[in-house]
Amino acid sequence: MDALSTVLVAMVAGAIRVSTPFLFVSIGECLTETGGRINLGNEGALVLGAMAAYACAYQTGNPWLGVLAGAAAGAALGAIHGAACALPRVNDVAMGIAVMLAGTGIAFFFGKPYVQPSAPHLPTLPLGLWSASPQVRSALEVSPLFFLGLLAALAMWWALRATRAGLRLRIVGDNADAARALGLPINWTRFLATAIGSGLAGIGGAFLSLSYPGSWNEGLSSGQGLMAVALVVFARWNPLWCIVAALIFGAAGALGPSLQTVGVTWGYYLFYAAPYVATLLILVATVRPGRALRGMPGELSIAR
Amino acid sequence: MASVTSVGEVAAGAGAAEAPGAVAPGRSDRWYPARRALEAAIAPLGALLVAAALFSVFLLALGKSPVEFSMVIWRGAFGSLFSLQNTLARAAPLLLTALCVAVPAQLGLVVIGGEGALVLGGLAATCAGLAASSLPPSLALLAMALAGTAAGAAWIGLTGVLRVWRGINETVASLVLAYVAIALFNHLVEGPLRDPASLNKPSTYAIPDKDILGPLPGTDLHPGLLVGVAACILCWVLISRTTLGFAARIAGGNLRAARLQGLPVGALMIGACALGGAFAGLAGMIEVAAIHQRANASLIAGYGYAGILIAFLARQNPLAIMPMAILVGGIGAAGGLLQRRLGLPDATVLVLQGFVFVSVLASETFFGRVAWFQPRAAGGR
Repeated sequence: MDALSTVLVAMVAGAIRVSTPFLFVSIGECLTETGGRINLGNEGALVLGAMAAYACAYQTGNPWLGVLAGAAAGAALGAIHGAACALPRVNDVAMGIAVMLAGTGIAFFFGKPYVQPSAPHLPTLPLGLWSASPQVRSALEVSPLFFLGLLAALAMWWALRATRAGLRLRIVGDNADAARALGLPINWTRFLATAIGSGLAGIGGAFLSLSYPGSWNEGLSSGQGLMAVALVVFARWNPLWCIVAALIFGAAGALGPSLQTVGVTWGYYLFYAAPYVATLLILVATVRPGRALRGMPGELSIAR
Repeated sequence: MASVTSVGEVAAGAGAAEAPGAVAPGRSDRWYPARRALEAAIAPLGALLVAAALFSVFLLALGKSPVEFSMVIWRGAFGSLFSLQNTLARAAPLLLTALCVAVPAQLGLVVIGGEGALVLGGLAATCAGLAASSLPPSLALLAMALAGTAAGAAWIGLTGVLRVWRGINETVASLVLAYVAIALFNHLVEGPLRDPASLNKPSTYAIPDKDILGPLPGTDLHPGLLVGVAACILCWVLISRTTLGFAARIAGGNLRAARLQGLPVGALMIGACALGGAFAGLAGMIEVAAIHQRANASLIAGYGYAGILIAFLARQNPLAIMPMAILVGGIGAAGGLLQRRLGLPDATVLVLQGFVFVSVLASETFFGRVAWFQPRAAGGR
């Protein structure tokens, strides 16, 4: 029982920590894909955002300014992807990988001087004060960014279904011909969706460098930006399900380390891979030839 | 489902489809192939110039001289025998991982999971090498190559199977499978297959020294280079000079037309994915046999992702992959010299590669835009 509760506490704490960057990247990717474009460059936005956030927090002493800088850096990188993919015949999958490499390259280039110094961390909300156990207390030190991410996901879910801008974005993503007939600015809409989505990914990066693990180095990201594509498939392009997906993927990532706290070292990486296998199994179970996944924007290049 | 080897069937279909395909350029337009080749050369070269110009601005903003920078790049990439060999050694795995993208792309498939196939190919090759260590080196290397290609072919082939059997998008499937592959690799290398002596960097046991794939006889050249070049030429012949490749290109151009012609589209898709995966797996085997000698995290070096970009830069043409891989390998090889000569961080080469990739991929938009390059039908169309 004691071992079990230790594992559970460590896992809940880990899941919240690990899932926060997943949450931001996946709702960012969800927004971009709702507009009908796929952005693999969010991995670059995540790393660049982490670097910019860390550098800005170090220079100004204010971690919240760092978060803003991370969002701005991510959005700037997303703007490159958005602008380049607006050109006809440019492949968004390949361009996304190019932007990913460019973004990580720029982050490593400018981030070199910031590997050593330590920047101020984001404050955490002590939600575990009710408990006497120090373990629970430290586990429930939740970053406000997590709640910000939840809010953003809720707001996006509402905006996509209940606002004019959300409806326009969905039309552009579902059927470009219909959007053209309505006179909607397709390229501009997608550009904005890509830039804002990458900005959200940049905030996810800011969480990595300013909260958990809370330092800047070149191995900071473990590919969360690329995985966001799988998360969004898992979430069926619904921002609310992105929260669930982020928590599940985060918990799977946290399961290995939390089992290690009680001495189980086996299967660390297999637990980590489990959500990806689950994503594939969901695809196998729900997709048929000639019928796309429900909820998938029709203009998406991966919808074929 | 028909197997890929049913060449006769494919040949019949291909022959029937040849007649409509031949009408596109008018008979009087003798120079169209030359102009098309010129277009294919001018667009990326122009994009390279744009990338160089943008990067020069970047350097000037940092207070570095672009002229000095390009001289260092040239010296670090091609200037001496040593740097040329470094360039070619970096290009070698990229040739094979780019084929993992370019071969399925003939059928219109965008496969981005080459990294997974490379990693598993390297691991399978290591296991085969350890199991076959009592055999003579040539047989052991053969066993390693077979294991590597089989693992890679199975992994990307699975992507093709999911696509054909379930209609699951191959881009998503291969990306997810790449993560599963890397997790599987880490699990095996840090668990059951780990050499207890490898403390800091978990690795498998090393293959015996006699089975190392040495440099090409009489030179210091990377042996994988020859394999990569041979594979590129083989793929070019396969794609552009055989009925099988022709059938694949029909399916890539118009899936419905290919189905109506009775081409075994599903088998072609799975076969193309498996062939591409086999090349990526072979790249993993060569990395193990020629460089690392064991499977560890060094195999996860991003060759799979760089290969995707090289295939797109080469516009999925296996012959064009060779110069593109050398270009990208050369930029990477110059990193060390840049650090020593100009005091720039080694990530500079990543930035330059990023500029080149974005610019050349964006140049794709110019294809088909300039009327002079287009076919001129005799009667006008």
